[in-house]
Amino acid sequence: MRLPRVLLAVLATVSATTLVACSSLGSNAPAAPGAGSPASVTVYSGRGEPLVGPLLERFTRDTGVVVQPRYGDSAELAGALLEEGANTPADLFFSQDAGALGAVAAQGRLQPLPAETLSKVDPKFRARDGAWIGVSGRARVVVYNTNTLAERDLPDTMTGLTDSRWRGKIGWAPTNASLQASITALRLLEGDAAARRWLEGIKANEPKAYRNNTAVVQAVANGEIEVGLVNHYYLYALTKEQGSALSARNYHPRDGGAGAIVNVAGVGVLKGSKNAAAAQRLVDYLLTAEAQQYFANETFEYPLTAGVATQPDLLPLGQINQPDIDLSNLADLEGTLRLMREVGVL
Amino acid sequence: MAVAPREPRAPGELRQTVADAEPGGTARGQAPGARWRRSLGRTRAPLILLLPSALIALAMLLPLAYLLIRVAGAGQETWTLLYRTRTGELLVRTIGLATLVTALGAVISLPLAWLLARTDLPARRFWTIATALPLVVPTYVGGLAFVSALGPRGLLQQSLAPFGVERLPELYGWPGAVLTLTCATYPYLLLSVRSALDGIDPSFEEASRSLGVGPWQTFARTVLPQLRPAIWAGALLVALYTLSDFGAVSLLQFDSFSRAIYTQYQGSLDRAGAAALALVLVGITTGILALEVAVRGRASYYRATPGAARRVRRVRLGRWRWPSLAFCGAVVGLALVLPIGVVLYWLAVGLRQAPTFELLWAPTWNALQAAALAALAAAAAAVPLTVLSVRYPGPLTDLIERTAYVGYAVPGIVVALALVFFGANYATPLYQSLSLLVFAYVVRFLPQAVGATRASMLQVSPSMEDAARVLGRGPLAVLTSVTLPLIRPGVLAGAALVFLTAMKELPATLLLAPTGYKTLATSIWGWAAEARYAQAAAPSLMLVFVSGLALLPLLREPRQVAPE
Repeated sequence: MRLPRVLLAVLATVSATTLVACSSLGSNAPAAPGAGSPASVTVYSGRGEPLVGPLLERFTRDTGVVVQPRYGDSAELAGALLEEGANTPADLFFSQDAGALGAVAAQGRLQPLPAETLSKVDPKFRARDGAWIGVSGRARVVVYNTNTLAERDLPDTMTGLTDSRWRGKIGWAPTNASLQASITALRLLEGDAAARRWLEGIKANEPKAYRNNTAVVQAVANGEIEVGLVNHYYLYALTKEQGSALSARNYHPRDGGAGAIVNVAGVGVLKGSKNAAAAQRLVDYLLTAEAQQYFANETFEYPLTAGVATQPDLLPLGQINQPDIDLSNLADLEGTLRLMREVGVL
Repeated sequence: MAVAPREPRAPGELRQTVADAEPGGTARGQAPGARWRRSLGRTRAPLILLLPSALIALAMLLPLAYLLIRVAGAGQETWTLLYRTRTGELLVRTIGLATLVTALGAVISLPLAWLLARTDLPARRFWTIATALPLVVPTYVGGLAFVSALGPRGLLQQSLAPFGVERLPELYGWPGAVLTLTCATYPYLLLSVRSALDGIDPSFEEASRSLGVGPWQTFARTVLPQLRPAIWAGALLVALYTLSDFGAVSLLQFDSFSRAIYTQYQGSLDRAGAAALALVLVGITTGILALEVAVRGRASYYRATPGAARRVRRVRLGRWRWPSLAFCGAVVGLALVLPIGVVLYWLAVGLRQAPTFELLWAPTWNALQAAALAALAAAAAAVPLTVLSVRYPGPLTDLIERTAYVGYAVPGIVVALALVFFGANYATPLYQSLSLLVFAYVVRFLPQAVGATRASMLQVSPSMEDAARVLGRGPLAVLTSVTLPLIRPGVLAGAALVFLTAMKELPATLLLAPTGYKTLATSIWGWAAEARYAQAAAPSLMLVFVSGLALLPLLREPRQVAPE
């Protein structure tokens, strides 16, 4: 049979080039940390490339430190770090959620950050033992459709959504890590039994399950549903993308509770990292005014260091009725998943 | 000469079915090895074949073995999880999806194959290629096209909004998954059935007609039974493809095993649960493979008396021409024109926003590189395995050859999961390296390379090798100077097939790609999962284009090879 010569040529060239490249580099592993090579840091990023990619590029441009990002879900990467143990190629874990950081820290896989770094952020938003630090804040909200609802129609806490008045009107993304973290918070604040009752109540209201938070906000804005359980910034990101105001607003439950929690995206340096110094530089970079401003303006999150202004559309952090919770304790993701499966919402 | 008896030994394999259908060649279906062995009085395979083959076989078994070990060590908690995760429901949905997609594929492919092989359908050559081309559209590209066109707030709804259409029938779940997967997989059945139709001796039908049996009865009683092996072979491929699909079921939010495994892997710190689910999926695929072996049947379908197969007299469609053309048009329109059209639309949208081409070269290069390496490795591994099994049949070699087909039973997500475990714990230098990814591709797609190589090997007369041996060449010299040149077409076809499928592979690439190593498949997936279709368009088109280049030579009309 005649294969086009083009195809054969492609096969041959590609393979030959690879073989040459492999033999000269030794392996495909990230650049060896040998002397003379430019500093490099391998980042397991639970935050998406569209969001943090540009920021990491800026860091490389400013410092010359090459970043090798591996993108995935925060829980997936935390699972990878636990699986890999001391073998991990990662230097830094950038998580979307404090729970995943807490889980990795609980296995002793993170090394303590220097006090000078830690002092830049409110103790509420970092690990007590200094294993990880929050770099941006993300508030849980109920997003509601402004055509059918006003803020006064909304319940005082997340628990109010189990009322039958909301049947068929709730949207959520049960596979989403932030939602799961808020359920973990509910378990911590009110116990497993209360969390189970809440899940059963929500389930009885026949919530619509969406792929992710963006889809939930979109559905609320379209009027497919009236309220959605999401993080605060999706509304602003979607508004920016579509270039016009949506018929939706965020509501931070006025009586607080798990539905008003402010979680963080944060970072931790892996124990045994061969590029710990470079990793530390990246941690510090993420806490500079420039990076914090990036989070405030580009991802509409809450900056966590002093002196950086929050996006004016956002309710200031101080005015959110946050529950008193140690974010490290959100680590028991497995318990929440088990509960959600038992109730049958996952 | 016998009418090609179908022997889908490699469970339905594209190239092989094409090769099977060729007139000419030796009596296929019986390895000439038996004769050869007697003639030379040798029964033992040379080590030069046996050793590499045994090593390859062991390597193929590695992922499955490690998965078993992993699950066995997982403990009670994992099994309770399996019990709680609505495994029963998943089982029903997954098997239901595979059944439905296969049945619909047969409904499309049977008439289509008949039109292409037996009638005077206008522009037959064009339709022959066009109906097979959906093979180059990966299910995640088809999925993103259907979701963005027919989904809620999709292009169709938006264009109907002025007429007050607020909501379209639900696409997510069953309808969308069945639609996308049927469009993506029916060509496997079509190719298999069409080449079988090409191979059937029309004198059976003529005899039937001359005995006064009507056309429909003739089809049902003489043609259909002869097509049965080809239908089974194609159906098996479609079912296995559906079971292992990850892209379409994820984008269309259909909870099947593949998706559940990935969700479990992605959303949970404990990976034993994903491993346990993976093992259940392997159970399903193994069950289907066993079922296929059981129903394949042992009847033979060739003429028993001397005489040559006659040329087919094509049926005149007459006024049925137009409905037939409409049918072909509808299939091609839905499975090929719609997805490509939608992707082109998104490309235009994307280009208006910002050109994304500079983002394209690295993924394209990486995809080519990984697929080419996999193609080379699989083709190289297929040679000793095939020569061994064809020339030295026996219990040991049969066992070795069978392990080459383990890839059919382990979907991409399963191989990937097993290799992630293995790499992270025991093979750290290989972990997150290109080699491990290529190895995963080889495990998955070796059956295709072996199938194609085997088809060529069966056409090689052992007397050629005998002659070389008698003239004093050693086994290695015979292999390189006689056997290899003769089976080259099959080896190359196998490599092209592996190249094509590896390029499109998604779940294993997602899990195993080296850090920062983006391929076309993973970048399409990244954008599509975020519903950013405009950015997914350019890599989608690039992937379809490159796959098309690799597929075209495989779609040629059956041609003469294998000098006898």
